Amino acid sequence: MPGSQTIIVLLGTLLLGIAAGLVGTFAVLRKRALVGDVVAHSALPGLCVAFMLLESRSILVLLSGALLSGLLGAACVSFLKRVTRLREDAVLGIVLSVFYGGGIALTRFIQNTWRSERVDLESFIIGRAATMLQEDVMQIGIVLTIAAVVVVLLFKELKLVSFDEQFCRVQGWSSTGLDGLLMLLTAITVIVGLPAAGVILTAALLIIPAAAARFWTDRLSHMMMIACAFGGLSGVTGTLISARIAGLPTGPLIVLTAAFIFVASWIFAPHRGVLFRAREGLDTSLLPWVAERQEDDGGAA
Amino acid sequence: MTNALMSAGLLLCAKIPIPLTGLTNRLAELLSLPPNSVQNAFWTIAVGAVCAVCCAVAGCFLVLRKMSLLGDALSHSVLAGTAGVYLLTGQVSPLPMLIGALVAGLLTAVLTQFVHERADVPEDSSIGIVFTSLFAFGVVVVSQAKGVHLDLDCVLFGDLALAGVNLNPMGGYLWPAAFRTLIPALVITLAFLAVFWKELKLSSFDPVFATTVGISAGLMHYLLTTVVALVTISAMEVVGLLVVALLIVPASIARLLTDKLSTMLWLASAVGVACTTSGYLLALWLESSAAGMTAVMSGLLLAVAIVLSPHEGLLVRAARTVRLRVRICAEDVLAGLFRQQERSSTPAQPVQSSRTECLKLAGGGLLAAPALRWLQSSRLLTGTREDVRLTTQGTRYARSLIRSHRLWESYLLENFNLPADHLHDPAEAMEHYIGPEMQERLRDELSQPAEDPHGRSIPD
Repeated sequence: MPGSQTIIVLLGTLLLGIAAGLVGTFAVLRKRALVGDVVAHSALPGLCVAFMLLESRSILVLLSGALLSGLLGAACVSFLKRVTRLREDAVLGIVLSVFYGGGIALTRFIQNTWRSERVDLESFIIGRAATMLQEDVMQIGIVLTIAAVVVVLLFKELKLVSFDEQFCRVQGWSSTGLDGLLMLLTAITVIVGLPAAGVILTAALLIIPAAAARFWTDRLSHMMMIACAFGGLSGVTGTLISARIAGLPTGPLIVLTAAFIFVASWIFAPHRGVLFRAREGLDTSLLPWVAERQEDDGGAA
Repeated sequence: MTNALMSAGLLLCAKIPIPLTGLTNRLAELLSLPPNSVQNAFWTIAVGAVCAVCCAVAGCFLVLRKMSLLGDALSHSVLAGTAGVYLLTGQVSPLPMLIGALVAGLLTAVLTQFVHERADVPEDSSIGIVFTSLFAFGVVVVSQAKGVHLDLDCVLFGDLALAGVNLNPMGGYLWPAAFRTLIPALVITLAFLAVFWKELKLSSFDPVFATTVGISAGLMHYLLTTVVALVTISAMEVVGLLVVALLIVPASIARLLTDKLSTMLWLASAVGVACTTSGYLLALWLESSAAGMTAVMSGLLLAVAIVLSPHEGLLVRAARTVRLRVRICAEDVLAGLFRQQERSSTPAQPVQSSRTECLKLAGGGLLAAPALRWLQSSRLLTGTREDVRLTTQGTRYARSLIRSHRLWESYLLENFNLPADHLHDPAEAMEHYIGPEMQERLRDELSQPAEDPHGRSIPD
């Protein structure tokens, strides 16, 4: 029988997985998969600055700082892409590493200045799901609700911008506005997931379930639901494994579960899966031989 | 050739330590610092410089080949490689771990490509899937490695400052331990550059042509990936995951400043060394992390480059825009005066105007006054405050503008059949960009019209 802490963590990771799957679907389709990674890395300096300015360890204050600097990072990406001739990959790498470096420099500075009060930044990088509080679960729940409401209300528009940006613009929808909205959803999901899953692993949770869901369907609504299911499943399974075996960190296990689901989908999914394609390939190569046999049978009769 | 010189120079620099200890301790005494601090600082800066040069050189090719994110991915999966070796052998020894990390690095590159092509996943997603999974695997194994020195902190944050303290004796002198992998990495990188210079250059800029002349693009890709993995692994001992900043940012800065590959390599190396050195010194001063400050410094330098770059810097571009807008204001004044002259009772005489009038013609605003000053200094306008006139030169300039304007109006009417009241505004915008050559072409196409659609004559 799992204890109450385990139930809180289970609920938190379940909700986080669902939210990440929902938002990640659009990130993967819009080829913005690494935006979550950039936002997560850029959040660190904001976290530190919020701590330094307000001297508060309240999670809400820290996360607001993180959200602001995460969005600043995302803004830097689009600014650099517009103003310089640097390509997207370089821009992502630059923003990610410079902000992350700033976060590390600030952390060390804080540790050396506020000696008595260490901010445990490593927990934001690797994640500490096991110590999740009821209030964290509430935050994740709120973010999930916001994301779900936005996606349901703007489903048609988001679908349009994901598959045919030009047609979307012709229809009079601002694709920058919709993109910005998706970016905002991605950012709040990533930020709220930071304490639990950490920087790199939140980004993973955004990408992997959505990419796995893509194997199973061609419909956006189905893909979204499958991605949510995969995300939630990864969250719950990872948490249960780490609760069973002492000392295993929850965040990485969630990601490994998601990776396992990805590989399984790749192999077993209908139409796009490796097995299905192999059988199809076998069928086509056997077809002439079967036809020949039938002909022979006909002749014998 | 230059690269060989560079590596020889660096090796020579490293030969200094004979009098070094005495010298640095003397300096420390003078500055009243602890005895070993200057020597440590020297070695830290040296290690940082070697690290920065390796990364910058490899990074230039990553940036040019749109492979920047591979650097990020490699640095994360290295953890999985060392962890995998630990799982297999149960111990921590440098060489097998290095090989494990190298294998993990190559595996990342291969898997990314494989998932992208075989599973039909977009490339950015496939990078994201592969490196995060490998990183997660690495973290799980490290968390289980109790009592063994597998330092996650070092991977996550890097510790450049310790590199100058960790000295190992070799050949009778004390050397930074990090040189054990960094110097070979540097030598291999430079040798790779020297041997495959032409192939690298061709396949980076024109892969199709490179394939045509018999250079295997795939082979170059994997060779380069191997070198990058090697560089990343050796540099990570010193700067941790922030190796990405050293790989990509200096190369990007150099890319903004030049179009020539060799210059780009030099510049990137210099910028990289500047980043590590200034980052380390700043970190000393602020009691912060040297690797983190290095990344911050590289970001600052990038910002400076974006503003000051000679070709496409924000400053240069702003100056270009202002100059264009001043010219347009000035041309509006000229055209306005010419129109007044046309309408006056003596069209052959330049019309008399005033400074306030001219400012109004220039559209008021901040640029009106500089536009007038430009007109007077280039002798297109003459006169005093109350009596401003077109000079002969100015009249000629203005006539050409009006000609462009009216030809364009005729052209629009002829080809697009716009209503008469829709012709002026586009022509007002276009007149500034139509030179004599374009005027000729318009005139020929319109079979040499004498009047514009409003019935005004088109001047010669």
